[in-house]
Amino acid sequence: MHGDEACAEGAIAAGCRFFGGYPITPSTEIAERFAQRMPELGGVFIQMEDELGSIAAVLGASAAGARAMTATSGPGLSLMLENLGLGVMLELPCVIVDIQRGSPSTGLPTMAGQSDVMQARWGSHGDYSIIAYAPWSPQEVFDLTVLCFNMADRYRTPVLLLGDEVIGHMVERVVIPPVEEIPHWERKHPGVPPPATGVYRSFEPDPEDLIPPLPHAGEGYRVHFTGLTHDERGYPDMSADTHHALVTRLNAKIQSHAEEIIRLEEYFMDDARLVVVSFGCTARSARRAVREARAQGIPVGLLRLVSLWPFPEAVVRELGQRMDAFIVAEMNLGQVRLEVERCIGRPAWGVHHAGGEMIHPEKILTAIIAAAKNVGAPGSRKASSAGGVQISG
Amino acid sequence: MYKEIRLSGFGGQGIGLAGVLLGRAAALHGGLEAVMTQAYGPEARGGASSANLIIGDEPVDYPFVQQPDILVAMSQEAYAKFRPTAKATAQVLIDGDLVTPFPEDVVCAIPATRLAEGLGRRIVANVIMLGFFTRQTGFLSREAVEQSLTESLRSKLVPLNLKAFAAGYEYVG
Repeated sequence: MHGDEACAEGAIAAGCRFFGGYPITPSTEIAERFAQRMPELGGVFIQMEDELGSIAAVLGASAAGARAMTATSGPGLSLMLENLGLGVMLELPCVIVDIQRGSPSTGLPTMAGQSDVMQARWGSHGDYSIIAYAPWSPQEVFDLTVLCFNMADRYRTPVLLLGDEVIGHMVERVVIPPVEEIPHWERKHPGVPPPATGVYRSFEPDPEDLIPPLPHAGEGYRVHFTGLTHDERGYPDMSADTHHALVTRLNAKIQSHAEEIIRLEEYFMDDARLVVVSFGCTARSARRAVREARAQGIPVGLLRLVSLWPFPEAVVRELGQRMDAFIVAEMNLGQVRLEVERCIGRPAWGVHHAGGEMIHPEKILTAIIAAAKNVGAPGSRKASSAGGVQISG
Repeated sequence: MYKEIRLSGFGGQGIGLAGVLLGRAAALHGGLEAVMTQAYGPEARGGASSANLIIGDEPVDYPFVQQPDILVAMSQEAYAKFRPTAKATAQVLIDGDLVTPFPEDVVCAIPATRLAEGLGRRIVANVIMLGFFTRQTGFLSREAVEQSLTESLRSKLVPLNLKAFAAGYEYVG
């Protein structure tokens, strides 16, 4: 199955019955599959007028209780960012799939990129935290799409799936488990009937996890939604204290659960002295490069970022204490490398390409060999101020 | 085992479908790992088209075919374009009526399109080639590919396609 098709099937398996979108290469097959499947399942597929409308429709469907998603690529995500912030502020669970292509602007519509990492993290205005996963195979597209819906519902927040054209258009075996084996985390519901009078406090956080239960439109609760800074009833409250408390909580509800959200995979890390950090399609090349380097006797491992956001700061920082060198491989000019360097406090080697072509394992192997030879030189643990050494993909 | 495979021909010959059928046979019925990629672009009916597969007994990391071990060419244009991309020692399968190979090239030929016309449907030339491929390459069982055909095609098309597959598999040049 195609990665894009696996995404639609993962969403359907997760119970998603609302897709609002605007087709864009290389994510179009997701919309196409939804357009075929939703009528069969009694769900809604709606092609909106543009990306702004798409995410607005998704937020509306979510407020009504549906598991809802949209799919796009970099340029479309740019158009969705304002309402992504609205989703964060209204705490409406939804899934936004970005099948990345060569960017900026229209870029390379039919070719791969991984340069929306920071757009996903910081694209909308204001201080907020986001959850994002980066699959490396059609199977993982399926599995992570399910996880995205579960995370969105658990943390009452938009969640991003950051795929790329290689994974979206690749055909590989996908095993779809029986429906009873698909994990399904329920949205936290008020659990109390609507109050006879007055407004239900739909933004009153559960002190345990900082996440307010979410009543759905049409269930009889009087609720109020606004993008303005609001109190626990959802009413606008233009005070600095309310604003600070709200924005702090919106961040804390994600950051304080980072350990439960973060997904990582390690390969050959047991006795590693060097580590390659990679994600998405590039991690496939990285795994092969690491295997080949191991065959040459270089003690290198691979840390694959299955989740990109929140960034696994604690893990990378800890590795920074004991690894001789870091090599970051990604199809952009250094977005994750800068995060890694922030955590380890010294330069990392970078294997970068602006996009359009998957980075070949040879390029990563070359960097591993160079890093292994240069332990003690720039890019190594002992280096302090030298700039990151880059090997252009 | 690790094989890079490029199936090629002209748009409209069902090259993409042949790739899917082959990949499914390997990954779902052949106990192997398979990945397929296709060039995305303005390929129109008639232009050279290709489906690229890597089939191996271990998970495939880098998914793109670089130097095919096996090349299937069902048109002259595709042969001329893709033969140089394949290994010099590659196993090359052609539709012998449609492709004149380079003088020094060692190829296995089958008149797939003519045989398909004999079955009344030119469109099954791709499946005839798939049968020929299965026999010539030998890494997939006949049953695995037949099962893939049976599962992937609309049921009313299955008998004709199984016949086409058999014609290719049993072809003696």
